[in-house]
Amino acid sequence: MSVVVRTVTRLLLPAVVMFGAYVVMHGHLTPGGGFQGGAVIASAVALVVVAFGARRIRRHKETLSVLEDVGALAFVVLAFLGIGGTFFYNSLAGTGGLFGQEVAMGANPGALNTGGMLPLMNWAVGLKVLAGLGSIVLLMGLLGGDDDR
Amino acid sequence: MRWLRIAALLVVFGFLVGAAVWTRPFGAPQAMEMDEHFIERSQEEAAANNVVTAVLFDYRGFDTLGEATVLFAAVVGVALVLRRWAR
Repeated sequence: MSVVVRTVTRLLLPAVVMFGAYVVMHGHLTPGGGFQGGAVIASAVALVVVAFGARRIRRHKETLSVLEDVGALAFVVLAFLGIGGTFFYNSLAGTGGLFGQEVAMGANPGALNTGGMLPLMNWAVGLKVLAGLGSIVLLMGLLGGDDDR
Repeated sequence: MRWLRIAALLVVFGFLVGAAVWTRPFGAPQAMEMDEHFIERSQEEAAANNVVTAVLFDYRGFDTLGEATVLFAAVVGVALVLRRWAR
């Protein structure tokens, strides 16, 4: 792609990744969550593939693979942590520790330190979705005629 | 024959529009017990202000696990199909 596209991509990339991380992080408070934020970050991967060509980031295929594994395993492990109650029981909610702050009842904007398991699961699913969609885009970019080697 | 087709199309279209408009007013579902339960209890049961997240990761966590599995299957399928060219 041309210099214009590459420069704009360089400028835009941190903002896209940061917005995706924000959507994942505030999944238990605002609209969005792991799936949506992961898709936003995967769109950053697509931007890089379009602007710089897939071969430039081919070596990150392994990184994406590891991220996918970590996300999936973290999700299942977090689900098993609540096995004292039920599978997917929210065992961290309201314990006062990490993400365990008591939720104010009624309509309120909410605090980031609430939600128990939900933010952690959002992160796990976010990692998984970003790695999954990112590697799909990367594989398709590697398949296509890549004029920027 | 052509007019017959257009007439049939109009009849079906009118039936669909009528069904969409008259069967049930917008935003008034038939059964509301589950909705009310989620909206009222998600803060105390799941400790989340976002009811959608509470449903997604707490009440219906299995569903999300299945979705993650579907995504994984999609990635594996793409990798399988493209494995020879994308080396």
